[in-house]
Amino acid sequence: MTSRAPIIQLRDVTKTYGAGSTAFRALNGIDLDIKAGEFVAIMGSSGSGKSTLMNILGCLDSPTSGRYLFAGCAVEGLSKEQRALIRRHYLGFVFQGYNLLARTSALENVELPLLYRGMSRGERREQARRALDAVGLLPWRHHASNELSGGQQQRVAVARAIATSPRVLFADEPTGNLDTKVSREVMELITDLNRTQGITAVMVTHEPEMAGYADRIVTVVDGTIASDSRRRGDGVESEVA
Amino acid sequence: MLWNALTIAVREIRRNLLRGFLTVLGVVIGVAAVVIMVSLGQGATESVTSQVESLGSNLIMAIPGTGVGPSGGSAPGFRLSDAEEIAAGVSGVRAVAPLRMVGAKAVYLQEDWSTQAVGTTVDYFSVAGWAFAEGRPFTEAEFVGARPVCVLGNTVVSELFGQQDPVGARIRLKGLTCEVVGVLAAKGQGAMGQDQDSVVVLPLSTVQRRLAGRLGDRDVDRMMISARDGVSADRVVRDVTDVLRDRRGIRAGEDDDFSVLDTKEIADALSSTTKILTYLLGAVAAVSLLVGGIGIMNIMLVSVTERTREIGIRMSIGALPREVLLQFLVEALVLSLIGGLVGIVLALVVSYVLAQAMGIPYIIDPRINLVAFAFSAAVGVVFGYAPARRAARLDPIEALRFE
Repeated sequence: MTSRAPIIQLRDVTKTYGAGSTAFRALNGIDLDIKAGEFVAIMGSSGSGKSTLMNILGCLDSPTSGRYLFAGCAVEGLSKEQRALIRRHYLGFVFQGYNLLARTSALENVELPLLYRGMSRGERREQARRALDAVGLLPWRHHASNELSGGQQQRVAVARAIATSPRVLFADEPTGNLDTKVSREVMELITDLNRTQGITAVMVTHEPEMAGYADRIVTVVDGTIASDSRRRGDGVESEVA
Repeated sequence: MLWNALTIAVREIRRNLLRGFLTVLGVVIGVAAVVIMVSLGQGATESVTSQVESLGSNLIMAIPGTGVGPSGGSAPGFRLSDAEEIAAGVSGVRAVAPLRMVGAKAVYLQEDWSTQAVGTTVDYFSVAGWAFAEGRPFTEAEFVGARPVCVLGNTVVSELFGQQDPVGARIRLKGLTCEVVGVLAAKGQGAMGQDQDSVVVLPLSTVQRRLAGRLGDRDVDRMMISARDGVSADRVVRDVTDVLRDRRGIRAGEDDDFSVLDTKEIADALSSTTKILTYLLGAVAAVSLLVGGIGIMNIMLVSVTERTREIGIRMSIGALPREVLLQFLVEALVLSLIGGLVGIVLALVVSYVLAQAMGIPYIIDPRINLVAFAFSAAVGVVFGYAPARRAARLDPIEALRFE
């Protein structure tokens, strides 16, 4: 694991909102390496800057200063369009509110990112079915998203995120709207995808139980990384060097 | 990318059919209004032309004054002798019917009907192409004797007599009691939409002496001249003009104070009027199409706000701003094209029904349909652009947070 190059490297990343006296510094010099195949949980209370960090990692936003290397490429200065292309080709997203298209079948929701990749109809169908099968929702593929339960919707969202075989799966409070039982199911799904398919996963959460599913927990406090601990196979946690 | 945008746009439209319907309603109505107005206008033009031409291609009208309208009133009228001179002196003329027209109320028992009394010669019936439903025309002797006899148009008969047989009955016209000797076969609506059958025909001298309201009246309002078959109308017009100039003492170099027109010229004059009206109506209807376009913009703008979250989802999974722009633009275009098509179909049906009801020909002009369709597409692009640009400019993070 250590021999692999990091897929994500942040160096002294800052993010400032506003300007002048009202400026607010949400991130204050973040250094973070995430290697391919890792499952990282980013923890922190609300206002800690974890969502900002997530948005920058997910190329939804760009840092005010610092460097961000994604798979070795500098992406910190990219335009809106270029960041959209990075998201399209390398990233998958799961959100707290599921964010599926309403009145649209599970299958069409999962097809959506493939559509933007310009994939042919047949290929798209096939890949979307495979992704839905991976989350165990193939029999529900023709149900509209609003006809599904919260847990099912979140699994459709996971299927949509992994349908493109992304380099990194980002999950922003994926269990925030779910009850404990369903939360565990979704977390097991993500853990399983990480273990069996080697998908790199980065999750933002404020629930320690959910963070416990990850290999590594990064805690953000006031825009800086307060702690970074890795859980070994034996379950013993250790500080990352 | 375009095909993709189309796929996405069609899915979005299908997802919310009611919204789509409301969006295009304005365009449907606008396109339908333009097509209906123009096809009815063209039908009316066609109807005017064909009715004037149905008078016969060898028919010529002589009217005092130049030009149509009140300005002609200042010129002196014709005389019966003018008609006789033309009939006798111009070789291409088959017959001449001088007309003296007086508005009059026809009364029979309790019924009355305001109509037009036409004083003329016996030749009038053949020149104007009247057939008889019943009875006979007045005779030469009755004409010479200025007898109180009349021939009724179909409308006058039905208004005064209902189902009764009018022949032999006596009606009163402005205090003149006259005997009905015949009934004309119905002709229907005239070129200007007037009822050609609301007419009472009497001998010219009877009208001049007893209805015109002025002693010694010998005026003739106009002359209908029928040319012989195979004679060029232009030549007859020229010859008639020469005779009339001579009789009215107009010297060489002076302008005519009367007009001689053949039916083609009359048809052209009338159809140019209806054409102008057609374009005017079409232009008014085009304004409603414009309003329809603004309706599209309105609903699309609202829909962009309503769909902020959807836009955020699309952008977060990698849709480019220009793809979002294209999606909304294509949505507006597809909607307005559908609206255009529906509008055209609606217009075809409505103008068919209206043409039947108004008794004018039903004309489908592919050009106006194409123009309206193209215009609706243009409306979609022009009015879809502002909402589409607004959608494309959204920030994905903000859009996802939108409730």
